[in-house]
Amino acid sequence: MTFAPAPGRAPTTTILRHQTALEVRLILRRGETLVLNVLVPLAALLGVGLTDVIRLPDGDRLGFVVPGVIGLAVMSTAFTGQAINTGYERGYGVLKRLGGSALTRSGVLVAKTSAVLVVIVLQVALLVGVGVALGWRPRVDHLALALVLLLLATALFSSYALLLAGTLPAQATAGAGTLVYLVLLVAGGVMFPVPGADGIGGALPLAALTEGLRATLTEGVPPGWVNWTGLFIVGVGGALAATRWFRWE
Amino acid sequence: MSAAIDVRDLTVRYGDTLAVDGTTFELRHGEVLALLGPNGAGKTSIVEVCEGYRRASAGRVRVLGHDPYADHDRLTPRIGIMLQSGGVYPRVSAADMLGLFASFAAHPLPVDLLVDRLELAGFLHTPYIRLSGGERQRLAMALALVGRPEVVFLDEPTAGMDLRARHRTWELVRELRADGVAVLLTTHLLDEAERLADDVLIIDRGRVLASGSPEALTGMGGIGRLTLAATAGLPVAALPGGLTAVEEPAGNYQIDGALDTTALAEVLAWCLAHGAVVTGMRTESRTLEDVFLELTAKEPS
Repeated sequence: MTFAPAPGRAPTTTILRHQTALEVRLILRRGETLVLNVLVPLAALLGVGLTDVIRLPDGDRLGFVVPGVIGLAVMSTAFTGQAINTGYERGYGVLKRLGGSALTRSGVLVAKTSAVLVVIVLQVALLVGVGVALGWRPRVDHLALALVLLLLATALFSSYALLLAGTLPAQATAGAGTLVYLVLLVAGGVMFPVPGADGIGGALPLAALTEGLRATLTEGVPPGWVNWTGLFIVGVGGALAATRWFRWE
Repeated sequence: MSAAIDVRDLTVRYGDTLAVDGTTFELRHGEVLALLGPNGAGKTSIVEVCEGYRRASAGRVRVLGHDPYADHDRLTPRIGIMLQSGGVYPRVSAADMLGLFASFAAHPLPVDLLVDRLELAGFLHTPYIRLSGGERQRLAMALALVGRPEVVFLDEPTAGMDLRARHRTWELVRELRADGVAVLLTTHLLDEAERLADDVLIIDRGRVLASGSPEALTGMGGIGRLTLAATAGLPVAALPGGLTAVEEPAGNYQIDGALDTTALAEVLAWCLAHGAVVTGMRTESRTLEDVFLELTAKEPS
């Protein structure tokens, strides 16, 4: 009676732990991930932090660029990487198969978002480590608010990634994901100040994160309301749209 | 015990296209039901509704007593799904994928057992993208079984397999059945349906053309065709009721109809009545292929 039925679902935490661990391994194993998520932010950190090729508004170069590249790392992992990988997995029927397993469909989304969070924690640790080694001295008075910003931004970028991947063909997703990456790399307050960052400019997705992180970590003040509002409104929009339009195959 | 799968008047539409048109069937625990039909007949649509991937346009579908679409999450631990293709991360190995699916189950089958039974050992650590079609099929089947499900869906399970792997798979399906698992499989291979299924649904263009056990469909294993060699020019119109005959070439009669013992006696009596000399008589049992071709030929295109 080898195959006598004995069905049952493992505890949800066990299922999600295994699925998240596999997703993390897959992200870390990809060569292009290393370039996009580690080398580009590191190069930006070193280039802007240590040289004066780019003119900045004030003298604290590291205080400007470390929060910027943390934002870049969050976007590249939670948005671009997530969109491209999920798009191809959808094309290969992986999402369909996982959605029909005991993991369930919402389990797929939770595991995918948890996996990018784990990778972002590793990236942030690396960038902060390098920044501190170069002489960056962040303010930690509002560290908790900075972490909440990071979490919100991760959820925001991840929901737009899933929206793209769940509606467009894999190639189009990869193209759109890369295009948005390039636009925000320039216009997201990573290496250059965003025009109007203290006004409506600070509500734009990546700028809201980088400006908010600069407020907390560099100036030691809470993020501006425009940063919170931007992240919140754009984030809720993304989550609603992803829930509404995401298709599994 | 109630049926494992109960489908009543299922209709599936894609826009204006009618993919499944009023299908009804039942699959009991410990039985195998084969959906047999050409490509595009609607087999996969039926299976995907039962798996909970697709909503029925009309009709009532119950899998283990649940609506598979609305109660999808409640059913997934109890069913095993083998998709027609894909479903695995390209860069993940069979070992990792099987380990992952085993971790989802409360009482998984030992992975080693599946590796052995489905002969996965030779490519266990190779990324999925480098596996052959047959190897992918075997892995997909292992993934469907690892959670010890009550109902297993096999969509074209032996497509792309060589003969040996096909026979191993058939053995496995028989064993599932013997162990009490309900198996819904789709195939366009007549011998696969004939060998494995307790019940066969012959489907074409979304409609069920015939259903029943392979024996019932092929006429209780009786005679399907009678060929008679006798004197040329016998009056075929004078054959007893229900039987028809074609003389082609002269002296060679193809007799069709319900060829039970009475009919055979009547054919011989007809020869005797017309003073014919019978020089040969050949009988052939009908195969599922005969039934299938007859039914699908009748369909207006």
